[in-house]
Amino acid sequence: MADHQAVEKQTLPPNPEKATLDGRNKYLGFWFFLGGETVLFGSLFGTYLGLRGGVVDGPGPADLFHLDLVFIMTMILLTSSLTSVFAVINMKRGNYKGLLMWMWATVALGIAFLGFEIYEFYEYYHAGLGFTTSAFASSFYTLVGTHGAHVAFGVAWITVLLIRYRNTGLTLTNAPKFNTAVLYWHFIDVVWVFIFTVVYLLGIGG
Amino acid sequence: MSYAKAQSKNVVWDWLTTVDHKKVGILYLAGGAFFFALGGIEAVLMRIQLMFPDLAIVQAQTFNELLTLHGTTMIFLAAMPLLFGFMNFIIPLQIGARDVAFPFLNALGFWLFFFGGLLLYVSLFTGGAPDAGWTAYVPLSSNSPGQGLDYYVLGLQVSGLGTLIGGINFLVTIINMRAPGMSMMRMPLFTWSSFVASMLILFAFPALTIGLLLLMLERLFGATYFAVDFGGNVIIWQHLFWIFGHPEVYILILPAFGIFSEVIPTFAKKRLFGYSAMVFATLIIGFLGFMVWAHHMFTVGMGPVANAIFAVATMAIAVPTGIKIFNWLLTLWGGRIQFTTANLFALGFLPSFVMGGVTGVMLATSAANYQFHDTYFVVAHFHYVIIGGVVLGIFAAAFYWWPKMFGYRLSETLGKWFFWLFLIGFHMTFFVQHFLGLMGMPRRVASFLPGQGLDAMNFISTLGAFLMSIAFIIFLIAIFASTKNRDNVQDPWDGRTLEWTVPTPVPEYNFAQTPLVRDLDPYWYEKHEGDGKIKAAEPLGEIHMPNATILPVTISAGLIVASFGFIYHILPLIIGGFIITFGAMFVRSVKEDHGYHIPVEDIKRDKEEGK
Ligand code: HEM
Ligand SMILES: [Cu+2]
Repeated sequence: MADHQAVEKQTLPPNPEKATLDGRNKYLGFWFFLGGETVLFGSLFGTYLGLRGGVVDGPGPADLFHLDLVFIMTMILLTSSLTSVFAVINMKRGNYKGLLMWMWATVALGIAFLGFEIYEFYEYYHAGLGFTTSAFASSFYTLVGTHGAHVAFGVAWITVLLIRYRNTGLTLTNAPKFNTAVLYWHFIDVVWVFIFTVVYLLGIGG
Repeated sequence: MSYAKAQSKNVVWDWLTTVDHKKVGILYLAGGAFFFALGGIEAVLMRIQLMFPDLAIVQAQTFNELLTLHGTTMIFLAAMPLLFGFMNFIIPLQIGARDVAFPFLNALGFWLFFFGGLLLYVSLFTGGAPDAGWTAYVPLSSNSPGQGLDYYVLGLQVSGLGTLIGGINFLVTIINMRAPGMSMMRMPLFTWSSFVASMLILFAFPALTIGLLLLMLERLFGATYFAVDFGGNVIIWQHLFWIFGHPEVYILILPAFGIFSEVIPTFAKKRLFGYSAMVFATLIIGFLGFMVWAHHMFTVGMGPVANAIFAVATMAIAVPTGIKIFNWLLTLWGGRIQFTTANLFALGFLPSFVMGGVTGVMLATSAANYQFHDTYFVVAHFHYVIIGGVVLGIFAAAFYWWPKMFGYRLSETLGKWFFWLFLIGFHMTFFVQHFLGLMGMPRRVASFLPGQGLDAMNFISTLGAFLMSIAFIIFLIAIFASTKNRDNVQDPWDGRTLEWTVPTPVPEYNFAQTPLVRDLDPYWYEKHEGDGKIKAAEPLGEIHMPNATILPVTISAGLIVASFGFIYHILPLIIGGFIITFGAMFVRSVKEDHGYHIPVEDIKRDKEEGK
């Protein structure tokens, strides 16, 4: 293990994120973590599907959801995944500046997404959908809110990395960190695709 | 930091900050034993109340609280941590690793478990423990007055997080950290079964996380998932709970199976019969474990088709389990069996567990389940598998690995007293409960009426519980009375696997040189085909170790502070707690830990001092 740390910055191996045992452990551990997260969101989706008919006197999915807003949010998040891919490509090329720049772009898009989500919840609240209004309301806010919390955590995490490593250059320590953060970001993007279909499309169409 | 400096620390501080998997393992054992004792006291109090009909030694409400604490404690805070203790200590040694993959997260996992458990117990002093059973079915739990269930929800949430982290650590350790030559199909079965159990943890615990989150939001923030008049549905809780809950029982039993698969070949002086069949049976059990959760819900009204499917799936698990039982029997067959205490526990396990398995298949018969459901028959069944399987496994492991972990051998004489009294007490307590159940005595009742033919068997059951308590006290005595047996502790049982090749006490870097594994049962192979010494896979060199840190304690403590904030609706506490937790995580992520190096001279000196 010790010999890996001695590698010069200029001669980073082609896959710096997986060059050390520590990096490989983080990478694998993070995949497992995402496996657990899948069950976590699976449970929330199941709960939502079981309760989405329980609107009682409150507004239901078809009364609330607007495809245009959700479409914009979807596009923002998908684009942010793309920018994070560009960041990793730059990392593999050894272009640290490019990595930082594209990661900042990802953060910005993440914040934009959160802004829209807050606006969305605000709108629904004023349309009569409080957290405690109905079982549908509770399960909707819990599912989409948990996703939103994941986005917020991702934004905070990447921001910390960007500030902490703003001028260290690419190292064998921070390459795995950026790599796992990007993996996480893709994951919450995929979850959103499911939310888009199961919650919004099904809510408006079915 | 130099090696010498790392060792000269205050003892308490040392244990609070350790990231050494062996010390974390011992912490898990100590924490688990503490909660095991509490759970045992609760059990005995319940049995005293049920000794005679119409007793009022503990009131009905108190009985419900004891019942809930007992079940919750035994499952989450005793059985699992005790197994985690052995897994932590032994797995890296068995696969020839210097450390676990994530030493920091490993320590964090322990502290989350321990603080979560303590949080649950604080409820005793704040006006009432949780009282809705360990399953906390809604709406009983969502409407339960007082704070008891809030403590349940948050305590389990925090400790469950620790378990999840621990599980991921084991998975990555086992995949990435194996010594050269230690292929997956050469791994000892304890490591294998812990691996599968960790998979189950990974995919089962998040369902509990969500269940607890929903219950918390319902109780504390007025959410309406389970409130039927708001369009809610109470069955969702049962599904979420059992999607977690059934795999949970396999999380408990699989490592115990692994322990028996180590103990039996060692004391039969034979290879484990059908190694690969054992591995595949473990994997199949792990897989099927996720397919059967609704067998806890046969009487809910899922309909005959769903009931039939879940009944058949449940019965199917008996097949791989049966394969295992026969493999153990065939390992014993023709062996030179040594009746050490560890092996006695393994031998006692076989018939006891089979009895629990037979009642399991009976319960899986969904039509008959309407008769058994919620009676003492169920109580008898799950104690047969849990005590007859998991607890006997833990005791076998204790006697087997004690010399390696603590540097002395537990007294065999006291051990045998312990074994026999415990086994007899156990069957006395729970065998009669099958019949109590068939006669209609419901589970979770604080008392029963005289003249219904229940008196004698309840009395016998309580006597059995006393016997088990006496046995357990003998075990505690053995722990303190055996400390002089300090000879022959490196390889006392003529072992087969790598943990017996390292010196006792195990140096903090485990292996001075990473071992080279040449076969299944590597130590046994070298003893019989080689010169009795494990070959090294690398020259002697500097060893890199992670630094000790207090951050795991800080992170866990922050969550406890936040939990109190949630329970009593105190916003500053919630925010403060999260600041502590996330602040500590932030420090961890920003401040790189480069660890320290143990110089070659120190390793050489250790080698000369040890034999
Ligand atoms: C040491 C001897 C033990 C005794 C004497 C004992 C006794 C009892 C009793 C009297 C009950 C209440 C039954 C009822 O009223 O329905 C109970 C329930 C339970 N026990 Fe034990 N027990 C013991 C060990 C264990 C162990 C080791 C575990 C698990 C690792 C365990 C897990 C449970 C569970 C999960 C329940 C169900 C709680 C509930 O209904 O919510 N027990 N036990
Ligand atoms: Cu089950």
